[in-house]
Amino acid sequence: MATRRVVLRYPRHLIDEPVVSHLVKNYDLELNILRANITPESEGLLVVGLEGSEENLRQGLAWTRDQGVAVEPLERDVVRDEDRCNHCGACLTICPTEALYREVATQEVHFDSDRCVACELCVPACPPRAMKVEF
Amino acid sequence: MAKTYQEINDRIRGGEVVVVTAEEMIDVVDEKGPAGAAAQVDVVTTGTFAPMCSSGALINFGHSTPRIRASEGWLNDVPAYGGLAAVDLYIGATAVVEGDPLNAQHPGEFRYGGGHVIEELVAGKDVRLRASGYGTDCYPRRELDTWINIQDLNECTLLNPRNCYQNYSVAVNLNEERDIYTYMGVLKRDLGNANYCSAGQLSPLLNDPYYRTIGIGSRIFLGGAEGYVFWPGTQHNPTAARAGNGVPKGGAGTLAVVGDMKQMDPQWMVGVSMYGYGVSLTVGIGTAIPILDEEMALYTAVKDEDIVAPIVDYSRGYPYNEGGPLGYVDYKRLRSGSIQINGREVPTGSLSSYPKARQIAGILKDWIQRGEFLLSEPVQQIPSADSGVSFKPLRERPVQPEVS
Ligand code: SF4
Ligand code: SF4
Repeated sequence: MATRRVVLRYPRHLIDEPVVSHLVKNYDLELNILRANITPESEGLLVVGLEGSEENLRQGLAWTRDQGVAVEPLERDVVRDEDRCNHCGACLTICPTEALYREVATQEVHFDSDRCVACELCVPACPPRAMKVEF
Repeated sequence: MAKTYQEINDRIRGGEVVVVTAEEMIDVVDEKGPAGAAAQVDVVTTGTFAPMCSSGALINFGHSTPRIRASEGWLNDVPAYGGLAAVDLYIGATAVVEGDPLNAQHPGEFRYGGGHVIEELVAGKDVRLRASGYGTDCYPRRELDTWINIQDLNECTLLNPRNCYQNYSVAVNLNEERDIYTYMGVLKRDLGNANYCSAGQLSPLLNDPYYRTIGIGSRIFLGGAEGYVFWPGTQHNPTAARAGNGVPKGGAGTLAVVGDMKQMDPQWMVGVSMYGYGVSLTVGIGTAIPILDEEMALYTAVKDEDIVAPIVDYSRGYPYNEGGPLGYVDYKRLRSGSIQINGREVPTGSLSSYPKARQIAGILKDWIQRGEFLLSEPVQQIPSADSGVSFKPLRERPVQPEVS
């Protein structure tokens, strides 16, 4: 099993087409929508995490391209320096995807990189600067 | 049956002391009642780990040849105060590195400052010292530029005028149009979030609300080493409003603390950048509270749900001193992830690390169990609720032009 995070850009005329649901069904992939931004006027933008076999991912994404959707890997990664994070919680309400979340029982702040869309909002908002951009 | 400091210290030396953290004490008192808990437990440890802006380091870097009277100094390009004797400098946690764009392009990032210099000194990193003097007969040198290391300094003392706030406000933003950038973190427009900053039930002064056992000369955990309380902190406000359990319902008591940075650990002394606000220093502090009697057992069993904090608007309320709190909320609620304000669900964030506070209380407990940390009775109490001492706002008096 492999995971891939990709940015999908739809031209206007494809927005109503169920490309993603076909992709998921026909290539046996698991889908995690990280960010969706579709307005009637502009193109659609979808940041997704896909999980499946290498072969299915490759074929599925090739098929998606054939439908006229631009597929780009999520290039920048935001990572957490685990030694530097002091679990303060200043990032919790900044992160739009709950990639940074607090476990209520221990009050520890966890980072789930699979949910991260690399928006970088947490980077300057983290007081000890534990969140970093990696290229 | 009351206990004395002497008896507790004898038990520490004898290896038979019973120590629990302030978190664990809640269960002990729940089970045994305050009298039973007071009989069983000798010491309760507390902890807090949060940005504390009123912090700084006092260094003496030794005399150069020829000698200089450093009237101005910089450590890694962060300005330090030189209005002291020749080679003494004080670097404050919130001093920003020279040339930083500050908030010219708002919000500024504030990547480096005094708090970071203090962390690097504690970590044993070399730090660049520049100093200038105006030249005197006894101190002829005018410029100095050298690397220094904490181990080579004569003294490197953490000297913090105000730490350890007893309680604190919960910060929100009522402005509907604009996010704001404060020392309480980024506050999103229109009640987008609520940020708090206290270790609550683990916090030092919330476990001894009337400062019965903490005062001048109290030995504490400071930045991973032993430190001391040397005075009430600035803005110490013991007469602030209190709830029925004696716990202040907002910022109240504070402590001034001092310790040897050469003994400290950078894990507990961390430079931080507050987006759009400035730089600061996150300081780890813990106290060891002697359970002298039932009353102290009861105080140290305080729970998050019994401690309330005022909700304050930082868009107008705080900066312009307008209006009162929007309400009060307890720490259990705050830690659950969201609170209700004006009938709306508002997600919570925080600046004080509860897991680190717990770790500090655990370390201090361990030191005491191993006989490495003895309690010290204050040589002088700090003002308490009956002192009449309160925190005053500035009364500005117009300055008249000078008549010649
Ligand atoms: S703001 Fe930074 S240090 Fe604080 S919990 Fe989030 S990642 Fe960790
Ligand atoms: S970059 Fe930071 S704020 Fe943005 S999604 Fe990732 S963790 Fe959350």
